[in-house]
Amino acid sequence: MTGWTQKHLLGIEPLSVEEITLILDTAVQMREIMERPIKKVPTLRGRTVVNLFMEASTRTRASFEMAERILSADSLSIQAAGSSVSKGESLLDTVKNLEAMTPDVIVVRHSSAGAANFLARCSNSRIVNAGDGAHEHPTQALLDAFTLRQSKGRIAGLKIAIVGDVLHSRVARSNIHLLTKMGADVTLCAPPTLLPQEFSSLATLSWRIDEAIEGADVVMMLRLQQERMTSAFISTMREYHAQYGLTLARLKRAKSDVVVLHPGPMNRGVEIASEVADSKASLILDQVTNGVAVRMAVLYLLLGGGRE
Amino acid sequence: MKAAASRHAKASRETRVLDGRSLGAAIASMAKAIKADQKEAASISIVGIQSRGVPLAARLAIALGSSTGKKVDVGSLDITLYRDDLSTVGTRPVLKSTNIPFSIDGRTVILVDDVLFTGRTIRAALDELVDFGRPSRIALAVLIDRGHRELPIQADYVGKAVRTHRGDMVDVRLVEIDGKDEVVLVKR
Amino acid sequence: MPQALLIRGGRVIDPASRLDARVDILIENGRIAQIGDGLKAKNAEVFDAAGCVVTPGFIDIHTHLREPGREDKETIATGAQAAAAGGFTAVCAMPNTTPVNDSASTTRFIVETAKREAIVRVYPIGAITRGSKGEELSEYADLKSAGCIAISDDGRPVQNARVMRRALEYARTFGLPVIDHCEDLDLSKGGAMNEGAVSVAMGIPSAPHVSETIMVERDVLLAEFTGSHVHIAHISTARAVDAVRRGKARGVRVTAEATPHHLTLTDEAVRAHDYDPVTKMNPPLRSEEDRQAVIAGLIDGTIDAIATDHAPHTTEEKICEFDCAAFGIVGLETAFALCHDGLVKTGLLDLTRLVQLLTLGPARALGLPGGTLEKGQPADITIFDPAEVRTVKPESFRGKSRNSPFVSRTLTGWPVVTIVDGGVVFRSK
Repeated sequence: MTGWTQKHLLGIEPLSVEEITLILDTAVQMREIMERPIKKVPTLRGRTVVNLFMEASTRTRASFEMAERILSADSLSIQAAGSSVSKGESLLDTVKNLEAMTPDVIVVRHSSAGAANFLARCSNSRIVNAGDGAHEHPTQALLDAFTLRQSKGRIAGLKIAIVGDVLHSRVARSNIHLLTKMGADVTLCAPPTLLPQEFSSLATLSWRIDEAIEGADVVMMLRLQQERMTSAFISTMREYHAQYGLTLARLKRAKSDVVVLHPGPMNRGVEIASEVADSKASLILDQVTNGVAVRMAVLYLLLGGGRE
Repeated sequence: MKAAASRHAKASRETRVLDGRSLGAAIASMAKAIKADQKEAASISIVGIQSRGVPLAARLAIALGSSTGKKVDVGSLDITLYRDDLSTVGTRPVLKSTNIPFSIDGRTVILVDDVLFTGRTIRAALDELVDFGRPSRIALAVLIDRGHRELPIQADYVGKAVRTHRGDMVDVRLVEIDGKDEVVLVKR
Repeated sequence: MPQALLIRGGRVIDPASRLDARVDILIENGRIAQIGDGLKAKNAEVFDAAGCVVTPGFIDIHTHLREPGREDKETIATGAQAAAAGGFTAVCAMPNTTPVNDSASTTRFIVETAKREAIVRVYPIGAITRGSKGEELSEYADLKSAGCIAISDDGRPVQNARVMRRALEYARTFGLPVIDHCEDLDLSKGGAMNEGAVSVAMGIPSAPHVSETIMVERDVLLAEFTGSHVHIAHISTARAVDAVRRGKARGVRVTAEATPHHLTLTDEAVRAHDYDPVTKMNPPLRSEEDRQAVIAGLIDGTIDAIATDHAPHTTEEKICEFDCAAFGIVGLETAFALCHDGLVKTGLLDLTRLVQLLTLGPARALGLPGGTLEKGQPADITIFDPAEVRTVKPESFRGKSRNSPFVSRTLTGWPVVTIVDGGVVFRSK
């Protein structure tokens, strides 16, 4: 393994198992720093990271900001409304203006799939994809994997059920790539309107949550957005919860030491019952803590190779 | 023909500075000196610098523990994130573990490393260590001091001082990592 | 324009007369005077066409010239330049301009501007409904007398079946073909590319192929029901081609066209171009199965013509996130080379059939003059070199816009001379 050589982190799909493992191993050491009395190391001192969030997000942005500050980087967050088509500056111009301030890394979240790829093409900075439309959210999958490795000691061979709106979920896509690359056995579960057949080459597909959860080591729940109801993907939230919601009773079908993950924010009572979210099986809060460590690892690795 | 010649050339460039026995003796004498200095202390704390400072610290800890009967706390420190040359070093070095599971406030901490050279590693270790707390004193124990300091840093306990040229390499090999104990000087 | 032009020694292919021979063509006073062996003429400019193929001028029945209203993307003048560079001697201009061409006055504007500024023939297509809103019929009689040769709401379908039925019935009075952009807007809502494995992997919102097929089936049935002529624009799915095939078999008056990009690219191109919107158009690039079916439709005659759907856009509208980008690519200048390189050179289509699909086929589909080499007819002629190898360089485009996914492709077979009314309007160096 020659160490990290990629300029950008645009997704999990282009990464090798070695590269994923390197990020996770580095994150272990970063996690330790968060336990110190002084949660600061000088590693990225003098480096500038711009968080360009063109889609609302408090938690992912806060997580990146914290990661940047622990590493002593200068962190600047820009919350911009909308995209090129809506009023205001085009994405291209926004990025060109940012470039003029010579950031080292741009962390970008955008509602259009391929937005991070677009930035990587038209900017000189290193780009970290913090979520682009329905395409990928690599740091989420990495922190999910870190949390699983921490809890179960491995990823290979784990039986993992991903339940929820797979069609629109970048978290699902990134996780499908990562978990299958690392040798897990993945089942995707959703109503047919939200579960594209095209995923059958990577994972097992199921329309029944009871079947998907049977004997699972890990259950990963995805958020269901209100608008899926109004655009005819599902009937009502009530029926969705009845058919696809994770309750304690349903969880009994999984292994006795099953763990539950959720990228947040949760719709309590819709995709996940409160008792499950607050139970011992839930690693949801660990995911948040680990998110900072994983993002520290990504920034540390990306800024190798010195200044250009 | 070529292989033999290079082996011969290699052999003539490498000098063994310490063999297994003398390495053990060097550690023992360092332990003795530390013990003398720490007569008043209730307990001893030792932190080894990754990578080879860590097994050295462990060995010192065992020696000190048995000879003083005091409690010896051992920790490890990876200084990569505090290096001053990260931006020029190429792809990121792999991080090793930092683990200091005891308080260092108000205590004497003995930092341990295998080779003291420019002093930059120790500078980074000092910066990192003080982020963990406020020791009353930090002392430095090194197996080999090879000179050529670039910063005003000195070792308090030295296993062996070796004269080197700047371009030479000092290779410390330890059983725990390399399978045998020896120190070799490679001339360029 | 010189008094006479003699094209000597080329391989002349005229599908209408089934001619495929090494003969000369003499043009006098803008018309074809003679076609034969060893022709001689006094005071004639001689063009040595040895090694080249000489055909009737290509006709593009689906072009967007953008004028009036979006002259920043293209004008009638620049679009005509692009057409000539692609070997086209005539283009049909779609009405989705600003304002939409739904009136005689807009049609007259286009006709007059073309007369003054266009070096190739421009036939306007009028809108099916007013403003192309899909509700009220435009004035077909006026449109026709002003010069429209067909009607279409292209860019949009006529979503309402009742309106489409009335349009077909009413248009019949005037002998105007109704060209439909077949897309069910409810099914395709929000889609930026073809729904399939690629769109799922890339997370791009997508439209299923049935959104086209459903409308094609509907239009074939309505054409059958009304006895009118419907022409399917830019057909792209296997099942739509099948619907047209079945319709033709039972005598329905349905014709269809396909674009060079649907014949040579699939939705994999979106992935290969890493989200670059030069691969975004409507209808979108489809699956390999669809592409093969469209080629099969070309071969067996289900599809009557190749048409470019030349859709110029400014860089601002194409250098952005995929789902924000405008739909469409330019195509006039690369159409022939793409089809020759991708279909004839690979043995899928024979050269005569390709020529037919660019000349006689489109002319017959919309009832246009031209598409043949006939003594006494206006001399609209295309000469191409089937062996010329060239790399697509957008800087050398004569049209105004550069939005093409074929940039840097090396293709074999390029137009070298384009002649309209006996005058050379394009000559490659």
